Amino acid sequence: MAADFSTRAHDALNNPQLRANFRRAMDGLMTKRAAQFEDKDNWTALRAKGAAIKARALAQLPDLLEEFEQKAIANGITVHWAETTADANRIVLEILTAHGAKKVIKGKSMVSEEMHLNAHLEAHGIKAVESDLGEYIIQLAGEAPSHIVMPCIHKNKGEIAQLFTDNIENQPYTEDVDALTAAARQVLRREFASADAGLSGANFLVAETGSLVLIENEGNGRLSTTLPPLHIAVAGIEKLVEKLDDVAPLLALLPRSATGQAITTYVNMITSPRKSGEQDGPRQVHLVLLDNGRSRVYADEQLRDTLRCIRCGACMNHCPVYSRVGGHTYGSVYPGPIGKILTPQLAGLDCAGDLPHASTLCNACVEVCPVQIPIADILVRLRTEAAEPSASPAVKGAGSGHSAVESAVWKGWQAMYANPAAYKVGTKALSVVGNLIPAAAPLLKQWTSVRTKPKFAAKTLHQLAREKGYDNE
Amino acid sequence: MSEARANILARLRAAPQVQPPERPYWQAPSFNDRLDRFRMMIEAVHGEVHVVTEQTWRPHLRKILAEKNVARVLAAPHLGIDWDDVVAYDAPVEDFKDQLVSGIDACVTTTRGAIAETGSLVVVPDVDEPRLASLLPPIHVALLKADDIADNLAQIIEAQGWAAAMPTNLLLISGPSKTADIEQTLAYGVHGPKELIVLVLQ
Amino acid sequence: MPAHVTPPAEMPKDVYYFGTCLVDLFFPDAGLAGMELLKRQGIRVVFPQDQSCCGQPAFNSGHRSEAREVARAQLDAFPEDWPIVVPSGSCAGMMRVHYPDLFQGDRDEERAKAFAGRVYELSWFLVHVLGLDTKLVDKGEKVTVTWHGSCHSMREMGVVDEPKRLIRALSNVTLVENPREKECCGFGGTFAVRQPEVSAAMVADKIDAIGQTGAARVVSGDCGCLMNIGGALDKAGKPTRPQHLAEFLLERCHGR
Repeated sequence: MAADFSTRAHDALNNPQLRANFRRAMDGLMTKRAAQFEDKDNWTALRAKGAAIKARALAQLPDLLEEFEQKAIANGITVHWAETTADANRIVLEILTAHGAKKVIKGKSMVSEEMHLNAHLEAHGIKAVESDLGEYIIQLAGEAPSHIVMPCIHKNKGEIAQLFTDNIENQPYTEDVDALTAAARQVLRREFASADAGLSGANFLVAETGSLVLIENEGNGRLSTTLPPLHIAVAGIEKLVEKLDDVAPLLALLPRSATGQAITTYVNMITSPRKSGEQDGPRQVHLVLLDNGRSRVYADEQLRDTLRCIRCGACMNHCPVYSRVGGHTYGSVYPGPIGKILTPQLAGLDCAGDLPHASTLCNACVEVCPVQIPIADILVRLRTEAAEPSASPAVKGAGSGHSAVESAVWKGWQAMYANPAAYKVGTKALSVVGNLIPAAAPLLKQWTSVRTKPKFAAKTLHQLAREKGYDNE
Repeated sequence: MSEARANILARLRAAPQVQPPERPYWQAPSFNDRLDRFRMMIEAVHGEVHVVTEQTWRPHLRKILAEKNVARVLAAPHLGIDWDDVVAYDAPVEDFKDQLVSGIDACVTTTRGAIAETGSLVVVPDVDEPRLASLLPPIHVALLKADDIADNLAQIIEAQGWAAAMPTNLLLISGPSKTADIEQTLAYGVHGPKELIVLVLQ
Repeated sequence: MPAHVTPPAEMPKDVYYFGTCLVDLFFPDAGLAGMELLKRQGIRVVFPQDQSCCGQPAFNSGHRSEAREVARAQLDAFPEDWPIVVPSGSCAGMMRVHYPDLFQGDRDEERAKAFAGRVYELSWFLVHVLGLDTKLVDKGEKVTVTWHGSCHSMREMGVVDEPKRLIRALSNVTLVENPREKECCGFGGTFAVRQPEVSAAMVADKIDAIGQTGAARVVSGDCGCLMNIGGALDKAGKPTRPQHLAEFLLERCHGR
């Protein structure tokens, strides 16, 4: 699916509207985030703590999952385990069918996107309605999110106004954001009130208390998890934290990194279904824990760091590639730098196309990651696993990027660059004949499409150093 | 199902064991004037703050409700608020849903405290003040005792012993419902209240 | 996290110079300028003739063993315990940050770690070891320049302000910073040919941002970026000229 990054990038780059939308949005998000972390010492200490909390939870993951499950069950939450997205979809469908549910109202959940849950439910006669405004908009448009935090960031208000006019009864065309928001509120209120179940993700699962922590700005997360009689949450197994106390530093990192907010409007801590005597809240709460390749990522000590991710999206906001091409170009549920390392690991390198190479390794993502994921190092590791897999390959599809020609080129490169005598002869030759290589030669052709041909100097630095009398040792 | 559980746990246990790192030192900030910080932060996200006293809050509330042209108010009877049309959320949501969704203009709830650092209210819904009370009506008025404002989240988790007894649902509320999904333009009241008014009792 | 670099315990009498393969073939004058700057501070500059490339092109392409063998040749070429000064943040980053990982479990692991600890980016060395920012005497005409920070220089070597301190020390030079100074120019080694269109879009934005400063020159500490930015400026017929920091400093202060 992701094999076509270059083709989609071509289309995206030639869409000035899309480029302008992303550029403006990313610039705004970078500025807002920077304002939140002006105190560099505090930022450094805070992210070190955030990284340690996640690493610590991962180090104890199987134990914490069991502890969480035990507490959650005691709290009245039903816990399910799914090895694959197909399993997770089946579990969700079974729960809904058992309740005779026909309509599900959804809070924003990237795991449900990973599952392609909506399509699965529709195929079985259950309507899934997205309630996050951005998700609602792209659902109307029949599209996938282009950003993990701001799913419709690729659309401008003109496009949204038209979508609303086309899809909402008696909705006049207006680009007034308050009016558009009010229209969505009205439609979605009715959907909430008539939904048989609510579905959400979770940002953190607290082992100590068996609680789900869910953050959001709109209130749709609260509604989805409170108004319908049934609440189903889906979450990756990496969402565990050890203590409730661990949530505080992570909350100090997540919204500030994501949207430059000190905190989201709502932080929900959900610990049990409606208790006897309470007037509202779902009568049942189910949690589906999804693996879908995460345990394989976990098996490698270096790659495991990928699982620290708290899905803030700062990496994509700061990525010079993402901000040029937008989220859809990646052809994967998770776009941007985190998508470039997560997708090849979850789906397999054989299914991820050129994603690991769609990066200049500029480290802008690494600089802002609130949990210090070494994204660039992991990208290089994935390139290595694709080209020359290690003895016991940790990644599905390892070796799928192997090319005999490319390997031969690098062998040839080594023969020249690891041998001083060969290097001297080779560079001398290049400085004499290099400029005769035509601009249309392979590789140079791509380079010279927007740049002039680099000029080989008449003398190498090796020669100049000798001539100027610089010592050799 | 149990097979999936066993398989997942087995794969995780088969992975290389690493020593869990210690949590390095970092402490959330504290403030000389917590009310001042709270006020600044919540006002920055469109919240409204009124400082009142045990004696003045009811007439003050009345004035606010009148100014906002509120008709029906949702509030727990024990609050004894001074308003003509007050309803209590004293029936299961299944019977109360229609009224909640569109028949109430404002609600008044208590809070468990607040967080100065982020301008957040701690709201713990209970039998008298169910979860949807603070969510569905367009205006949410929250009563907060000034002494209950903590410096930061970690402090209030510790001071109130949350981990030992988590309620069904615990909320941090920082401003009215909002979205910036359309061109990064802020709009309020997308799903929850359009207005959040905090009466701080000093 | 950028490397934590500290100056050598004592003022070195001898330093090694690692010219980099790109400089060797395309920008030897920039390489030589860096050597001259060091020499003029009374330091003996040693240029081992057996040096070639840090190995980064293969390393970043996923060809680790080839990268390691080329890197090993550098370990052999720089045997003495002297600082290794590099006129490129990117190659310096490869050697300081990635060599220990590249040689993990290898017979040369210890040698690689020691080598990595001796690697310095040129402008950092000029400022923190030689204090050149307080010694520069500008002899050039008035000129306006802008700075391009290379990604690896900033984010692997932690070199952010040092080059600008040197430029600001020049009395006749006006430094106009551009708002996209820290954004990648789109070079990324093989990225430029693997994703040519994205790379082209990035460098187009970069030269726009540079153009808006009105600077006569764009100065940088990495020849990869300069080759990319300079080539794009040239192709677009823009008047701004690219120049390596070392060459710029030498020209301003010593008329070269």
